[in-house]
Amino acid sequence: MPILSAIISVIIGVGVSLLIFWAANWLIERTGDKWKARLLPYVFLGPVIILVAIFLLYPAIRTLIDSFMQQSQRRGESASFVGFDNYIDLFTDPNFLGILLNNVLWVIVVPTGAVLIGLLVAILTDRLGKRRETTFKSMIFLPMAISGVAAAVTWRFIYFYAPPGNPQIYSLNAFWTAVTGQDPVPWLTIDTARLNSFLIMFIVVWLQTGFAMVLLSAAIKGVPEETIEAARLDGATERKLFLSVIIPQIRGTILAVFITILIVVMKLFDIVYAMTGGQYNTSVLAVEFYAQLFSFQNPGKAAAVVMVLMIAIAPLIVYQVRSYKAQEELR
Amino acid sequence: MSSTEIPTPLVDADAGTREIVTGNKKPRTGDKPKPRILLTILMGIIAVAWLFPLLGLLITSFRSKADVDATGWWTVFLNPFGTDWTMENFALAWDALDVGQTFWNSVAVTVPATVLPILVAAMAAYSFAFLQFRGKEIYFAIVLGLMIVPVQIAIIPVLQLFVWFGNTTGIQIIGQYPAAYIVHSTFALPLAIYILRNYMQTLPTSLIEAARVDGASHFQIFWRLIVPMSVPALASFAIFQFLWVWNDFLVAYIFIQSGPNAVMTQGLYTLMGQYGQGWQRVAAGSFITLVVPLVIFFALQRFFVRGMTAGSVK
Repeated sequence: MPILSAIISVIIGVGVSLLIFWAANWLIERTGDKWKARLLPYVFLGPVIILVAIFLLYPAIRTLIDSFMQQSQRRGESASFVGFDNYIDLFTDPNFLGILLNNVLWVIVVPTGAVLIGLLVAILTDRLGKRRETTFKSMIFLPMAISGVAAAVTWRFIYFYAPPGNPQIYSLNAFWTAVTGQDPVPWLTIDTARLNSFLIMFIVVWLQTGFAMVLLSAAIKGVPEETIEAARLDGATERKLFLSVIIPQIRGTILAVFITILIVVMKLFDIVYAMTGGQYNTSVLAVEFYAQLFSFQNPGKAAAVVMVLMIAIAPLIVYQVRSYKAQEELR
Repeated sequence: MSSTEIPTPLVDADAGTREIVTGNKKPRTGDKPKPRILLTILMGIIAVAWLFPLLGLLITSFRSKADVDATGWWTVFLNPFGTDWTMENFALAWDALDVGQTFWNSVAVTVPATVLPILVAAMAAYSFAFLQFRGKEIYFAIVLGLMIVPVQIAIIPVLQLFVWFGNTTGIQIIGQYPAAYIVHSTFALPLAIYILRNYMQTLPTSLIEAARVDGASHFQIFWRLIVPMSVPALASFAIFQFLWVWNDFLVAYIFIQSGPNAVMTQGLYTLMGQYGQGWQRVAAGSFITLVVPLVIFFALQRFFVRGMTAGSVK
């Protein structure tokens, strides 16, 4: 029974880790004060250090090394060092450059879309009564609970294509044929102006807007009432009040939300994979990684794709660490 | 799903201050806040449009294959009684998803992958918040940096690691639950530590000092003082992590694969590949997979939102 093994593994996992913590702590409490202070943090940090070292840092280093290797085509032969060949291959491939451009569009469009719609909903519902506010917010928040695969099913039913002559059961084409009177369009195969990519991006906006809305709404409610009153007394209009009083005060939250969604988008795999499999110019880095690894059986190149992904997010690490330091200095 | 059935308030933590704010915020409309019919209608349209895709899915899942193939789902509004309503799709999808098995597989992956990283992260967060040690800032900066490492990076090396482990010890991990929850747990740690440490930082240090004077060990303080006081943050992260792991496809697809331990999202993905047998079946399957996340979401969103906003709003 899987349920039994789940329960057992939780109990064993939690039990054993608690026991280790308790035993180590008991031992350390018995040592001298000097050693206690030195060793104790590492007891509490120990499991994290072990897990992170084995399953996060080691893979990262290994992937870096792999990205300079070329797997032999013959069985049993090991990989050979090829220097920057994998990277050169990638960056001279027009397909990969297209994927990069796609990724750039994704990280601009999706976080912006989610933040703007989330902000709009947060402002509008803020002016309604408590019950209505709750109801509408829950409705917008709901897609957050849905898996990428279920979202893909949902939106396939909107974006798919039935050839002319067949009944149009797909919403977008039904609308299109009814309004324009033209033939149905295979939307997800049309990469003119990246139309298909934008259609898929909208799915992710749909999924992420709820998250943005909750945090932005909390931030808006956190703006001190005195500042708003003062601006009102000075004769500020609602619009001006919003743009020049509220927005500057919640800038930090907007940025945090934007970056969080951006990170989600960089790693995004399932939606694109389930909608088009990365075909018709809709691929992004995470999908391309998968294609290189499993479809083309080229782990070296796949590793190089992940390194590109890492390097692309690296500025965000710097930003995160910096804002953390600034925050620390304030306290 | 009727919107009036939603019981829990979405933003609840600051309800008290909110009352004051709404009271002052509407000086133009006089003393009593007006119902604001236009705004309600506008928001209603936005919200309904937002759920429109799911509505289509829900209606489709109750229609017969002949009806789904013949007309769009929205036509049922014109002719609700001419439609051949059926529950059969759910029975078919239930079998196709192998819910009896995949549901428990999902539970077996998700529960440990939620509980273990939170326990481990809470201990680490405690030491970051309350203990003094050399290099604390550097360690924490590393944790922050690791927050953005994509899970893809783990795929090749960790697969190889598991294969090596299997060959050396005879214990095969790939295809088993632990493969998935080790990966899920590790990749959840950085964010969990960040959120929990931020929360614990707001707890009064004097309390811990007093407990130390009374002779409590750090383990006792952690367990009896810090954990109970951190419940909002712990709960919100737990819900977050639960939804992520439950809804995950990539990690399960790679590390559990389509064996006897396959989880529900994998079942749904397979079902999606068979949509030639009818959309109504895929739609019903999607709704079956949505039940758990939706129940969790509606039952616990109060804590979820409170914990999430606690760290972000100063």
